Amino acid sequence: MIPITHYLILSAMLFAIGVTGVIISRNLIIMFMSIEVMLNAANLAIIAFSRSLNLMDGHVFVFLVMAVAAAEAAVGLAIIINLFRNRESINADTFSLMKR
Amino acid sequence: MEQQILTLVTFFPLLGVALLLFVPRDRTETIRGVALIIAFITLLWSVWMYVMFEPVASGMQFEVNIPWIKAFGINYHLGIDGISLLLIMLTTILTVIAMISSWTSIQKAVKGYYISLLLLETGMIGVFVALDLFLFYVFWEAMLVPMYFIIGVWGGPRKLYAAIKFVLFTMFGSLLMLVALLYLFFMYHGFSGEYSFDLMKIYGMPIPLGAQTYMFLAFALAFAIKVPIWPFHTWLPDAHVEAPTAGSVILAGVLLKMGTYGFVRICLPLFPEATLQFVPFISILALIGIVYGALVAMVQRDVKSLVAFSSVSHLGFVMLGMMALNVQGLEGSVLQMINHGISTGALFLIVGMIYERRHTRLIADFGGLLKSMPVFSTFFMIVTLSSIGLPLTNGFVGEFLILLGTYKANPTYAIIGASGVILAACYMLWMLQRVIFGKITNPANESLKDLNPREKLVLIPLVILIFWIGVYPKPFFERMEPAVKNIVAMVNKAGPVNQTDADKPTGADCMIGGNTCVVKADGNE
Amino acid sequence: MEHSLYLILLFPLAGFLINGLLLGRLNKKLISLIGCGSVGLAFLWGLKTFFNLLAVPETERIFNEVLFTWIPSGIFKVDFGLMFDPLSAVMVLVVSGVGFLIHVYSVGYMHDDPGYGRYFTYLNLFVFSMLTLVLADNYLLMFVGWEGVGLCSYLLIGFWFEKQSASDAGKKAFIVNRIGDFGFLLGLFIIFWQVGSLDFAVVFKQAPLVFAAGGTLITAATLLLFVGATGKSAQIPLYVWLPDAMEGPTPVSALIHAATMVTAGVYMIARSNVLYMMAPTTLAVVAIVGCATALMAATIALTQNDIKRVLAYSTVSQLGYMFVACGVAAFAAGIFHLMTHAFFKALLFLGAGSVIHALAGQQDMRFMGGLKRPMKTTFITFLFATLAIAGIPGLSGFFSKDEILWKSFSSDYGSPVIWAIALFTALLTAFYMFRLIFLTFYGEPRMDEHAKHHLHESPKMMTVPLVILAVLSIVGGWVGIPHVLGGGNHFEKFLEPVMGKMTTGATGGHALTSAGHDTATELVFMIGSVLLILAAIYAAYYLYLKNITVVGRIRQRLSGLYKVLYNKYYIDEIYGAIIVRPLINGSLFLWKIIDVMLIDGIANGVAALIGYISSDVRGMQTGNMRTYVTVFLGGAIILMGYFILR
Repeated sequence: MIPITHYLILSAMLFAIGVTGVIISRNLIIMFMSIEVMLNAANLAIIAFSRSLNLMDGHVFVFLVMAVAAAEAAVGLAIIINLFRNRESINADTFSLMKR
Repeated sequence: MEQQILTLVTFFPLLGVALLLFVPRDRTETIRGVALIIAFITLLWSVWMYVMFEPVASGMQFEVNIPWIKAFGINYHLGIDGISLLLIMLTTILTVIAMISSWTSIQKAVKGYYISLLLLETGMIGVFVALDLFLFYVFWEAMLVPMYFIIGVWGGPRKLYAAIKFVLFTMFGSLLMLVALLYLFFMYHGFSGEYSFDLMKIYGMPIPLGAQTYMFLAFALAFAIKVPIWPFHTWLPDAHVEAPTAGSVILAGVLLKMGTYGFVRICLPLFPEATLQFVPFISILALIGIVYGALVAMVQRDVKSLVAFSSVSHLGFVMLGMMALNVQGLEGSVLQMINHGISTGALFLIVGMIYERRHTRLIADFGGLLKSMPVFSTFFMIVTLSSIGLPLTNGFVGEFLILLGTYKANPTYAIIGASGVILAACYMLWMLQRVIFGKITNPANESLKDLNPREKLVLIPLVILIFWIGVYPKPFFERMEPAVKNIVAMVNKAGPVNQTDADKPTGADCMIGGNTCVVKADGNE
Repeated sequence: MEHSLYLILLFPLAGFLINGLLLGRLNKKLISLIGCGSVGLAFLWGLKTFFNLLAVPETERIFNEVLFTWIPSGIFKVDFGLMFDPLSAVMVLVVSGVGFLIHVYSVGYMHDDPGYGRYFTYLNLFVFSMLTLVLADNYLLMFVGWEGVGLCSYLLIGFWFEKQSASDAGKKAFIVNRIGDFGFLLGLFIIFWQVGSLDFAVVFKQAPLVFAAGGTLITAATLLLFVGATGKSAQIPLYVWLPDAMEGPTPVSALIHAATMVTAGVYMIARSNVLYMMAPTTLAVVAIVGCATALMAATIALTQNDIKRVLAYSTVSQLGYMFVACGVAAFAAGIFHLMTHAFFKALLFLGAGSVIHALAGQQDMRFMGGLKRPMKTTFITFLFATLAIAGIPGLSGFFSKDEILWKSFSSDYGSPVIWAIALFTALLTAFYMFRLIFLTFYGEPRMDEHAKHHLHESPKMMTVPLVILAVLSIVGGWVGIPHVLGGGNHFEKFLEPVMGKMTTGATGGHALTSAGHDTATELVFMIGSVLLILAAIYAAYYLYLKNITVVGRIRQRLSGLYKVLYNKYYIDEIYGAIIVRPLINGSLFLWKIIDVMLIDGIANGVAALIGYISSDVRGMQTGNMRTYVTVFLGGAIILMGYFILR
């Protein structure tokens, strides 16, 4: 059996990739996908623990996260499409209305 | 059905909101129609409720009490007495009228507008029916949102300033109210070992004077801002001037009454000792409001802000009568709440009507309208006269009882208050003179169209009510009397300031044997 | 309901509603028919009820009728109840009778006015309100009529609303009346909280039990009611609205501002005689105020040139007389004078209206003169009215005025000073009224050629009411011929059920030396005053007809006094300077400084302060999403590090 550390390292790497993607990318789609990567990294960690501890709670939790991720994807993509329609751009830096 | 009538009246407008969500936004006529029909049916429900209401029975009627959030002892507890009954009637009537009145004047985002009005109606009725403090608070805050949008989206040039001012003032007060509410909640737990926000239960709890004082202040501040009592009134002229006509009507007609209602329903019975302690303080603020509002109204240049300041003056009367803490004062006060809703609502409608024609509200731009718009001017005159309290109109009955009650409590207050009656004549008649009398100096006023049938339809019910309450107010008094007596008894059991027989004439009590007025000491059974 | 008193109110109310709701849809004939007919019917029904009243024994002469409960609030309960007793009967007949004549006259006078329908609507509303006032069986319902007539007065004074001065005058009338009503209301509060009711029957029955006679409370209550009366009946200090009220159409001046409404204060005091008898201080105040007003108004009337203004000040002065009567506890005499005054003063106004009508709106007497010939009916009727008001024996004014003069001397509450001033005022009255006659009807015509050409007698519709009123001005006083002249003084006797107590002295204050004792003195007084009045008339004749230049010389000699009188003692200017102006400036101060700068300044200042602080903090919000994420990540790492390394 593969020890849990392997899973956790993979999960951490995925998470790091996701964070990096959000920070350095200006493209909203890529940022969005990076967020998905982070969610799945968390999913991986949870499922790994669930397996190693022989508990079902983790599975339930992952399903919940997946459902949320799906909903979020739907809403988020809709927002991005509308933004693009209005502004002709999906560059995150152009959306800074809060800045004076 | 009868048991659920309150739920029905309260939430029926929400049904309309749900329906409206499915109507495409560009089908404005359908939207208006649906909203109006829903509001009208709500009015019919409330009329049915009025008919079913037992006039002489004391205590709450149509009570519903089911658990909502059990963990915190929050119940869905509704119920009405005569006071809330009348205020609900006022709400449902004014909502219908507000909707008809904005038939043509609102062209922007019609769907959102009518949804806001319906939400507002639910929020307002909710405040009047809630007997659970938490529920009360929810409705109290909920109605802020639609009103914010009504002012902020469909308002005049300075709408954002006015809307934000309105919300901030109100929030400031209600935050303190929330704190007091929680304090009360935990105190009740300490008293009975049970978690509950139920007003009827908390009524029975003895509260030490110190705690009463603080909680009274917190609640009173929230309500005082809403009323508004001088000097918390400055949001009012701004909100009124900027709000669309229907917004002003609802704002003046109902929203302000939530403040006075809060005093009657919560402050007076819950904190009787504190109330007695603060009577002089609030009375004096009310008197300042009466005189100050009238004086400032006199020199306004904008008709709408004149009416807004006159509201400050009128609401001063309501508070003054309430603080008399006797049957006459309080009944006059409650009636005056209704009267103010009708008369000032009608005044705002009238101002809206000329605004729609001339796109100005400055008094100086008018003059001689009696010649070009005789029907309009006649309505204007009738409503103005009711606002200054001419006998046989509604205003007189309310003001007279208020002053009568106040005289019993403190003659000096009554004398100062009565001077407001003179000042009311001054500012109203002066305004009337400059708007409808005189020669037509501005050519734009010459060819104005008189009222159309829709506008007459809006005003006629209000005029009927003006005379009905003025000539035959007995049905209203019958319904509110048990409730008022309860509250008077609950306050007066507290202290020696006003004994329970404060209601008797000092001269001799022998000759009015047939007409006894024994107030029950235990107000809520 | 056996007497259907409500019908007396219902007729004019129906007239008002029909004319008002169908405004602009009826032709003139129908409007006049409804307008006059409704008042005529009210008069007839009042007359019928009056005969019913006469038919029952004196002690039972009161009909009550409760229509419905008006305001019930705790122990406070007021009914919409009507009462018809001798006093109400007199008032109802005067109001509806004179009112009917004036309605008929108006049909002619207002014939060409575009606001014809509106005029009759208001007029009917007025009659309704006035009848409510006199028929009410409690103070609050009386107050309804009280304010109602004030409203109609406001509407009718400002009837020609396009005239700035007219709408100003209307507003002034209403507001000044409101000041009086303020007192009235407070008086009601005292009475209610002492007695526990506002019904006349209860109040008058209980008052002696709950009030200490002459005590502070009863004095305060009666004084406050009197404040109301000074407003409505144009007494010092609230008389200022009445002269301005002449801006209204002349029939309105006749009906409201001479015959009926302005006498409401007298009626109210006479009605409350039980209360006033318990407050001697108030009685003295009433007498003094009445006396002062009578004198002051009469002096002003000496110098005015506007025919209607002379009559207006004369009205104020005559009302002062009535208050003198009330003040010396001769309430019946006050009501008697009220009635005769209603006849002759209405006639004077209508006559003046006829003159103005003929001269196409000219009201200045300096441009009249010589109207005797072209306007015969008007002149003759006017002359009778003038003789009546001057107090020439045999005419109505003589009996009522003489009664007041005599009572002001002989009553326990009277005094020689009051009597002397009243007598002097009577001389002034005779003088200025004949000045008016001579300037208007005698001498050379002073109007321009065009107007002279157009001179004409008024139509029948106007002259017939004049003639009827002239007859009433002559015979109206015969119902109250005093014992000393061999009459029975039936009028006073008729009113006894209402005011009887004081003549019998039951309330302790033995009021009047019963008539007949001092017959000789009374006769001497009477003859003396008549002679003096004749002298005053001769003086007017001498100054204004025979030797006109003398007037100018007198005027020059007394130019200071003349100026003061001509400018009405500058009362309007004084009120303007000490009340109106400070009020408006003070209000502006409250608005601009207190409201906008102080209160709103604090509110906005707090907001600005918060805004100022936030604008510094705001820099952190770059609006760049990636910055947020980085900061967020940093925070997360720090937190994690804290938990790991702890």
